[in-house]
Amino acid sequence: MSDSRRRFLAPVVHVAPALALVVLFNAVFTPGFFDISIRDGRLVGTMIDVLSHGSRIGLVAVGMALVIATGGVDLSVGAVAAVAGAIAAALSSALPWPLAIGVALAGAALLGAWNAGLVNILRLQPIVATLILMVAGRGVAQWITGGVVLDVRTPAMEYLANGHLLGLPAPAWVLGGSALAVLLVTRGTSLGLFLEASGDAPEAARLAGVPTGRARLVAYGVCAALAGASGLVEASYIRAADPNSAGALLELDAILAVVISGGVLTGGRFSICGAIAGAMLMQMITKTLYMQDVSADVAPAPKAGAVAAICLVQSRAFRGHVLAWASRITRRPTA
Amino acid sequence: MNVRRPRWSPTTASALALVIAITFGAIVYQGFATPLVARNLVADNTFLLLAACGAWVVILSGGIDLSVGSVMAFTAVVIAALVERAGVHPALALAVALAASTVFGALQGACVHCLQLPAFLVTLAGLFLMRGLAFAVVPRSVGIDHPVIATVASASLPLPGVSAGLPVASAVAIVMVVALALAMAHTGFGRWARALGGGVSAAAAMGVPIARTRVGVYALSGFFSGAAGAALVVYQQSGDPASCKGLELDAIAAVVVGGASLRGGAGSVVGVVLGVALLGVTQMLLVFQGDLSAWWTRIAVGGLLLAFLGVNAVGERVAERSG
Repeated sequence: MSDSRRRFLAPVVHVAPALALVVLFNAVFTPGFFDISIRDGRLVGTMIDVLSHGSRIGLVAVGMALVIATGGVDLSVGAVAAVAGAIAAALSSALPWPLAIGVALAGAALLGAWNAGLVNILRLQPIVATLILMVAGRGVAQWITGGVVLDVRTPAMEYLANGHLLGLPAPAWVLGGSALAVLLVTRGTSLGLFLEASGDAPEAARLAGVPTGRARLVAYGVCAALAGASGLVEASYIRAADPNSAGALLELDAILAVVISGGVLTGGRFSICGAIAGAMLMQMITKTLYMQDVSADVAPAPKAGAVAAICLVQSRAFRGHVLAWASRITRRPTA
Repeated sequence: MNVRRPRWSPTTASALALVIAITFGAIVYQGFATPLVARNLVADNTFLLLAACGAWVVILSGGIDLSVGSVMAFTAVVIAALVERAGVHPALALAVALAASTVFGALQGACVHCLQLPAFLVTLAGLFLMRGLAFAVVPRSVGIDHPVIATVASASLPLPGVSAGLPVASAVAIVMVVALALAMAHTGFGRWARALGGGVSAAAAMGVPIARTRVGVYALSGFFSGAAGAALVVYQQSGDPASCKGLELDAIAAVVVGGASLRGGAGSVVGVVLGVALLGVTQMLLVFQGDLSAWWTRIAVGGLLLAFLGVNAVGERVAERSG
């Protein structure tokens, strides 16, 4: 197998067993989980719901994968999503919709640049640097909306989450388009290698002439812009920008999506397809819990358990322990 | 570890900032620098102080604990459910809840150590888990109507110059914080935790029992979060599974503003107390201003964090260059 193909398949191999388990569970215990029908020219069904809501997480997970590749992590994505939603809602009546959306995404990207600046210039650890925006960002979002939940009523903003094209929900197209663009730019140019080199061995990369600072700037900027896009989709779902709870726990879902698809938190590699697969798996676990009548408040507990189990199986140290234990058991009879 | 004491430390900056903030308040607002405000500051920030102390011990050892807020909510809910629903005596309920939070912390430490997973990932999962479990125990807030808890809540120690005395929960918290300060300064465990924060391989070479120390710091954080949850129960006379969302951030912010380094190995309990006081005074200033909305608190905390992290980063770089 060629190296590039192995790289492409690795995340799929990582996610596949867990995905198979979730699918198997639903095939047995959740009647109608896989039913898909066509209504008014659009596909309808639980799996389409998963695709639609998973796309919201997937957008952030793609950006998060880039940041994690540089050895960082972005905790501020939820707050950035709230800010972007707030900007779009505040401007939607005053400006034409492309401009309102453009300003919201640009604002989000600026927040990403701010994060990158803290990491590059002040040399703060990424967890800490993005923690600042995570704390202050929601305050900024509330300041923009004046502390209230703003209605979003323009047709374009409503289409973003509730529209459909060729039968598929609009968020899936947003995710597909963004992911394809990110994939082409990172893998079609040397940018992807720069990102991975900055995470793998920052000092060596810098000495080899890799612009690590600019690579980080791109990673955090793209991540924040995608988080902003996710915030717009969420505002579109509920037809309102809620500065308090928009993007709540988004950072957790996105980080876990990258981790369960085999992303290494110490950096050095990334996979766009893996991030998306991880996001869909996260959303499928969530949906499964809801279908089993687990309340939205309690759902985080079993979700954490599921993710912990997946990480446990993937942890090299744990596998080492188990293998050592297994070999001791199998060796005993001969002794 | 420093042999010579540095002349200037981030904790000095925290103390200075606190003095400036209090002086500013005293000059601008009438009735700011009064014993009553000071007493309210202590009473309102008791649980944040406890939570921040736990978070600091983990940060000192080079880790991070994001589960603090969820563990607090879980403990509060367990106490409320045991007392109200099961009719257990509050003292027994407290013991059970504290034991649960401590064991949970120890488990997180074991995961970080044995599985070589990043601390923030493990405690992130812990945050999810405990929040969900809190809602599984009771779906919504449970009020407590028990004579013992009512007595504890209303009991207070007399303070000079204030009609309302110091709440018992705050007094207990202060004793716990002093005990923690002494323990971290004078026991082997305290030195191990600090050495671990300085560098794992160096600590191992020095003979620090890495596994025991790591499990210990997370267990201690769980215990302090549990105690913070208990203080919350007394303060609110209820257990709410939705409470303390995002409190881990306030706790970490207090630790950083108090001069600890998130790289580990630095900081003191005095710094944590100063950090909590600084956050509390900032909030109090916004309350006294009166016409500012609640969201300015979040922005102010973010600004404080930025200022202190910036000062620390520049200080570290100057130290690197000169030494």
